[in-house]
Amino acid sequence: MDAPKPQFRRVAARAGQPAMLSFDGTTIRATTGDSVLAALLESGALIRRLEFGAEPRAGFCLMGACQDCWVWSAEGGRFRACTTEVADGMVLSAEPQLLGGADG
Amino acid sequence: MADIVIVGAGPAGISAAETLCAKGLKPVLIDEGARAGGQGYRRPADNLALDMNRLMGSEAGKYAALHRRFEALRAKIDYRPRTLVWAIDGNQLHLLQDGRAATLAFDRLLIASGAMDRVAPLPGWTLPGVFTLGGAQVALKDQGCLIGSRVAFLGSSPLLALAAKQYRDMGADIAVIADTTPFAAKAAALPALLRAPRTLLRGISYMGASLRAGTQMLHGVTPVAVEGEVRVEALLLRDAQGRERRFACDAVALGYGLKPETQLADLAQAEFAYDPDFRLHLPKIDGLGRARPGLYLAGDGVRIGGADAAEASGALAAHAILTDLGQPQDIELVRRLARQVERLRAFQRGLARAFAWPAAQIAALPDSVMLCRCENVTIGDVRMAMAKELGPIEVNRVKAMTRCGMGRCQGRVCGPALQEIVAAGRDGASAGRLRGQAPVKPIALAAAGDPA
Ligand SMILES: Cc1cc2nc3c(=O)[nH]c(=O)nc-3n(C[C@H](O)[C@H](O)[C@H](O)COP(=O)(O)OP(=O)(O)OC[C@H]3O[C@@H](n4cnc5c(N)ncnc54)[C@H](O)[C@@H]3O)c2cc1C
Ligand code: FES
Repeated sequence: MDAPKPQFRRVAARAGQPAMLSFDGTTIRATTGDSVLAALLESGALIRRLEFGAEPRAGFCLMGACQDCWVWSAEGGRFRACTTEVADGMVLSAEPQLLGGADG
Repeated sequence: MADIVIVGAGPAGISAAETLCAKGLKPVLIDEGARAGGQGYRRPADNLALDMNRLMGSEAGKYAALHRRFEALRAKIDYRPRTLVWAIDGNQLHLLQDGRAATLAFDRLLIASGAMDRVAPLPGWTLPGVFTLGGAQVALKDQGCLIGSRVAFLGSSPLLALAAKQYRDMGADIAVIADTTPFAAKAAALPALLRAPRTLLRGISYMGASLRAGTQMLHGVTPVAVEGEVRVEALLLRDAQGRERRFACDAVALGYGLKPETQLADLAQAEFAYDPDFRLHLPKIDGLGRARPGLYLAGDGVRIGGADAAEASGALAAHAILTDLGQPQDIELVRRLARQVERLRAFQRGLARAFAWPAAQIAALPDSVMLCRCENVTIGDVRMAMAKELGPIEVNRVKAMTRCGMGRCQGRVCGPALQEIVAAGRDGASAGRLRGQAPVKPIALAAAGDPA
C-alpha cells in the first residue's frame, strides 16, 4: 500500500458536484472539474505500472505532453489522467488487467 | 476565399485570428485544450476559487485583456476547442475531436503550437513528486493544487523564481531555488538583456522577492539526485563551492527554460536549422514568420520569446498571410511589429545565455540514469549503442537502436538530453535532429483508421 500522504495539496477550493471514482479498487472523492490525475494525487494514490517494474509514477508534465500519466478505464480505453476530467462513477486502474471482472 | 487554419489558441494564435478577422476573413482556430488562452495565459476552470490577479501579478491586465479579446472574437471565427491536430499530409490536417477522427483541408496554415519545458534528467527524476516547472504552474492554475507542500525548484530559468513566488504566495514552503548556471554567466549576459528592460526588471523583482522571503537561491549548482523511497524526500546538490547540500522536500519542479513544440512544423515540411544559442534545431522562418509557401509559424512554437512576442508574432504572421493573399498592408504597422518581435526574441537569446542549458553536466551524467521515461532507456543503454557503431552516430540511429525517443512522448521529454549524450561534449548540431512523426500525440488506434 502507498503511504496515504497526498502528493498534491489543494489551495483553491473548487465549487461543483462531488464525483466518486474508483482507482485500483480504492474509492476516491473528487469534484467535477478536477482532472483525474489531480484527484488521484490529492487523495494519496500513485500510478504504479508493471511495465516500469511496478515503479510508481505520478505524471510529470501535467500538460498532456509526456504521456507519463496514462490510466485505464473499465470501458477498456486508456487515457491521459492529467488532461481528462473526472466523471462520477469512473472505474479506473493503473493496469488494464487489474480491472479484473469489471469489463464494461 | 482561401481557407486559413490556425493551430493553437494561445496569445499567438488568438492575435493572428484577430488580425485576419479585422480584414473580413474567417479563419479556423483549432486547439487541443477546452479553454482558449494557451499556456502562459492559461485560464483557470470557472469553478475554482483562484485569485488570478494575485497569481498573474504584473501580467494580470494582459491576461484579462487577451481573454476579453478572445470572447469578442469567438463568434466571428470557426473556433474548434478540444481538437487535436495529430498529423499533416500535404494540405490536409488530421484531427481528433472528442474521440472522432476527421480531416480538414487548408490553403494556408499558421502553426502557433507553443512550448513546453526543456528538462535534464538526474538520478531519481522518475520518482513521484518530480514535475516540470510548467507543470507546477499548471497544477496551480488548472487544479488549484500545489505539487507538494515543500517544493524545490531546480533547473536554469528565470521562471524558477517566478513559479517559486507564485507557490510561496499560495502557501507552499520553498526548499530551495537551485540554478545550474553560475552567477558570473548571468552578469555577463546582462548587456543583451538590457534590450527589454521591462521584462528584465520583472525577472529581477521575482528574484528580489525570493531573497526578501528568505528563500535560499543558489547559482552554479550541480544536481546530484532526487532521493526518496516511493516518492520525493530530498534534493541533493553540489553547490558552486563543490559542497554537497541536501534539501528536504516532497516535490521538485524541474525546468531549464522552454523549447518550441515543433512536431507539427516538421510534419508540415518546414526546414530546420541548428541554433547554437538555444542548442536546439529550430524551424527556419523569414522576418514575418513564413516557413515555406503557405506555411506560417508564430509564437513560442517557433522561437521562444514569451507571451508579448507570441502576440506580436501572431499578428505579424497574419499580416504575412494577408500580404500573400494580395491585400494591401499598413507597412509602418508591420515594420513596428517586426521590430518588436525581433527585440523580444533577442532578449530571450540573452536569457538563453544567462540561464544556460547545462550541456556539459548532462554529457557527464552516469550510465545508470534513466533517460527515456516512456521506454525505460538509460543513458548507459544509449552509450552502449553508440559504442557499437564504428563511425559517427546521430540521434535517429540511436533511437532506432535503443527506442529512446520512440516512446509515446515522441522524444518531447528526453530529446534535448539525448542530443547531449550523443554529442558527448561536442557541438549539439553533431548529434543531428530527432525527426517528428505522426501521430504527434498518441491517439486511440481506431481513430487513426490504420495502425499508427
Ligand atoms: C506550462 C507553461 C507555463 C508557462 N507559464 C508562463 C507564465 O506564467 N508567464 C509567462 O510569461 N509565460 C509562461 N509560459 C511561456 C508561454 O510559452 C508564453 O507565455 C505564451 O503562452 C506563448 O504563447 P503561444 O501562443 O506561442 O503558445 P501557447 O500559449 O502555448 O499556445 C499554444 C496552443 O497550441 C495548442 N496546441 C499545440 N499543439 C497542438 C496540436 N497538435 N493540436 C491542437 N492544439 C495544439 C495548445 O493546446 C496551446 O493552447 C509558460 C509556458 C508553459 C509551457
Ligand atoms: S502528466 Fe504528462 S501527459 Fe499527463
